Amino acid sequence: MERKKDNPIVSLVSRTVSPFIMLFALYVIFHGHYSPGGGFQGGTMLAAAFILIRLSLGMEISQLQFKSRWATPLGSAGVLIYFGTGLVALLFGGNFLDYGFIPIAEAVAERRSIGILCIEIGVAIAVMAIIVSIYDDLLEGSSDD
Amino acid sequence: MKVVNYLIMIVFCALMIYASLGLPNRGDAYADLNKEKSLSQTPNAASYYIHNAKKDAKTENMVTVILADYRGYDTLGEETVIFTAGLVCFLLLRKEKKKNGKKKR
Repeated sequence: MERKKDNPIVSLVSRTVSPFIMLFALYVIFHGHYSPGGGFQGGTMLAAAFILIRLSLGMEISQLQFKSRWATPLGSAGVLIYFGTGLVALLFGGNFLDYGFIPIAEAVAERRSIGILCIEIGVAIAVMAIIVSIYDDLLEGSSDD
Repeated sequence: MKVVNYLIMIVFCALMIYASLGLPNRGDAYADLNKEKSLSQTPNAASYYIHNAKKDAKTENMVTVILADYRGYDTLGEETVIFTAGLVCFLLLRKEKKKNGKKKR
């Protein structure tokens, strides 16, 4: 199948839009305490920004931005952040995933807020890496990767 | 045979529509589901969350508190499901690298 590799309009628009999608994704993740949003939604938007670059500029150039072999380790790192947050609470005398025992802030409510933020970041990293990884795996067999 | 299929479908649809007529309206404050105490006079979980979510976790968004704090195990499971899906795609779809000009397997 013939495919035009360098269409200037598509590449320029996607390169311009992609950072703003990432910025809005970070806003959705970190503002999840006060507005609709959170790890799953923000992680999906981050993955959309990466996949936009992959679709428009091709696999070789987008490897400079996010290498395919980073995806699976990053996904496991996200799951481990979530699990580790629960494990820290377990080590400091609470139940598993009971953020009131994380030794960061003074007040228990403050600690719970920080714990929620930690796991949202973990979820976002895992979702982003896994979606990019699935896209890369699906594209692996095609001819122009 | 086709007539029986359509008949089963129509009867099932009629049953579902009849059952949905008995549901409470959306946001009905006086429905049994939204009362302070459930039918068996035990406190409802939902009213506890509404009363205590902001106080417990210092977070305005009640949904975030329920998902990430009260129901933390559930979200951990969800994330593990997504991770497993990614791993399965990795295992099934990724081609093995060629070594020394010939295929490994």
